[in-house]
Amino acid sequence: MRNYLKYAVVLVLVIALLALGGISCSTGEEGGTTPTPSATPYKVGALFASSGFNSTLGQTQKPTVEMLVDQINKAGGINGHPLEVIIYDTKSDTATATTLANKLIEEGVVAIIGPTSTGESMAVKTIAAQANVALVSCAAGSVIVEPVGNNTWVFTTPQLDYVAIDRIYTYLQEGNITKIALLTDTAGFGAAGRKWLVDQTMLGKYGLSIVPNGDQTYGTSDVDMQAQLTKISGTAAQAIVCWGTNPGPAIVARNMRTLGMTIPLLCSHGIAFKSFIDTAGTAANGVIFCAGKLPIADQLLDTDPQKALLEKYKTDFEAWYGAGITNTFGGHAYDSLMMVVAALKAVGPDKAKIRDYIENNIVNWPGTGGVYNMSPQDHNGLPRDAKQAMILVKIVDSKWTWLKD
Amino acid sequence: MSSAEFVQYLVSGITSGSIYALVGLGFTIIYAVTKIINFAQGEFVMLGGLISFTLIYRAGIPLAPALLLSILITAVIGALMYVLAIRTAKRASVVSLIIITIGAAIFIRGIAGQELTKDFIRLPSFSGEQSMSFLGAHIDPQALWIIGTTVVVTIILHLFLTYTMVGKALKACAINPVASSLVGINPKTMALIAFFLASALGGVGGVVFAPLTLMSYQSGVMLGLKGFVAAAIGGFKSPVAAVFGGLLLGIVETFVVAANWGPFTSAYKDAIALVVLLLILLIRSGKLAEEERAG
Repeated sequence: MRNYLKYAVVLVLVIALLALGGISCSTGEEGGTTPTPSATPYKVGALFASSGFNSTLGQTQKPTVEMLVDQINKAGGINGHPLEVIIYDTKSDTATATTLANKLIEEGVVAIIGPTSTGESMAVKTIAAQANVALVSCAAGSVIVEPVGNNTWVFTTPQLDYVAIDRIYTYLQEGNITKIALLTDTAGFGAAGRKWLVDQTMLGKYGLSIVPNGDQTYGTSDVDMQAQLTKISGTAAQAIVCWGTNPGPAIVARNMRTLGMTIPLLCSHGIAFKSFIDTAGTAANGVIFCAGKLPIADQLLDTDPQKALLEKYKTDFEAWYGAGITNTFGGHAYDSLMMVVAALKAVGPDKAKIRDYIENNIVNWPGTGGVYNMSPQDHNGLPRDAKQAMILVKIVDSKWTWLKD
Repeated sequence: MSSAEFVQYLVSGITSGSIYALVGLGFTIIYAVTKIINFAQGEFVMLGGLISFTLIYRAGIPLAPALLLSILITAVIGALMYVLAIRTAKRASVVSLIIITIGAAIFIRGIAGQELTKDFIRLPSFSGEQSMSFLGAHIDPQALWIIGTTVVVTIILHLFLTYTMVGKALKACAINPVASSLVGINPKTMALIAFFLASALGGVGGVVFAPLTLMSYQSGVMLGLKGFVAAAIGGFKSPVAAVFGGLLLGIVETFVVAANWGPFTSAYKDAIALVVLLLILLIRSGKLAEEERAG
């Protein structure tokens, strides 16, 4: 009899634990918006890395979407229909992202925005394409949308990796730097970027060469790059280009400081979030990266066509979520969602028509990333001229400063 | 490789090796006293780092007390793990208990991620970030803290095990649990102490390591694995051998990556520990089988 009592106690404890944990520990952390009751809601899916190593990128994306949906629904929805965005947390994991993508499609979404990272996007886009659901990604790997012929259902809103590399290489060339070293993540965005970084045509265009022993890599979850940096410091490299998101580049910056390396460190727009500065500490100062205009919106001239939109996003977002945390990744989510919203407004909840609309009608369309011109040949829509598409930001005194040429 | 580079790699290897040593020590103590391999050992390092972070940045506790408190909390969690998960399994086989520790590890990892933070965290360096020059190499002062702490902890542990009553009782239990209980040493109490001690060691490791690197709720997996390798090199018997194993692993890891030897580019750094583990198991499996038969 006593044994049964013990089993019963254990069973009740387990059920209680599961109840407590299960609410938050389900396969996808559900978030989203409750539609105001009226006409049938328009369902859009969203996949963001709200946890895991890319959470520093994803953490502004979910609240951005929630804020926008709130604004839209308060203004009467889309043609009277409430907007409902089902947001799932991919945990920065590709496998989780694919499972959740399938879940969203089963739930009948008419389009999916996100995921946060290149790796996840590459996995999810085949699922979206098979289900004939438009995917408007928030990741910068050009492999996601090119060649367009193979990616008719996929779009992406950040500046593409080769444009970012063009921008960085332009800066190096203008600085009379000829010899560089690379430090890239072996997966996802870093690996995709590396293909462009080592491309001979790309290097030749800017008179650059990679020093012997200068093509170093690190694992996504590595926390110490001193071995690679020690090797680079033994070369004639005049600058290091680091391609990755989080936490790699921040660790690279810190390790460089520890090793007393003073050559410039250049990164992609994959570090355009505040906690890069927090993690790297004083080692962040001097780091240069390329980005859209959002990080330095307050330093833009009033005549800049994007300033009003960027400042409004920043003000609204900080009122909604908190101060000091606005970043370009939330901006990518903004752009992706608003493109889908524009499509819904025009053609309603028809998956194929939404895709067509985004491909053909997002023209001269101002977003946080720039002015978009999508076309059947271009599923990104941003200018390919590096200086037009991206600006340079230098971290000075732990703040983002516009590095003008 | 220049001499400055050699020193740089050596210090780097000894630094990471020290953490592996602390984890390996924990494995060895628990195995010696209870014959259980505690696969949650790595999680205690993670807890040391994450709990201090929570105390410092969420509860506003100053650095030194927060570090000590988090080591204590980690040790208590380890003791609780023993009482709730291991002791209640009563007469389960050692294999079952090992599996229970794996489950406990997953549980601790999940709770830490859910309740503490899912981000990568860093603690402030204990004595600033100005790197020091040593024989041409640049050394982060935190590395000295790590190495120094490991040395001090190893010495204290040795003194504890050799000269205190409790320490000697632990050693007795490790040598022969049946005989120990005959002379009045309660193996269950010894097991509790072993778990408390091992988790404290893990906590110390986490607390000194977190300022140097970034930790997340998943950091315990790799650290636990490498600490296991360290303990395996030491044969799971002697704490000093575990420390030696940890340092050896750290140095081998760093130099193999530095030399780009074979397929071991920096991307495969973690694989080195696993290769070493395979080698150890191959070499030792013969020896272990002999020892088992000898009783």
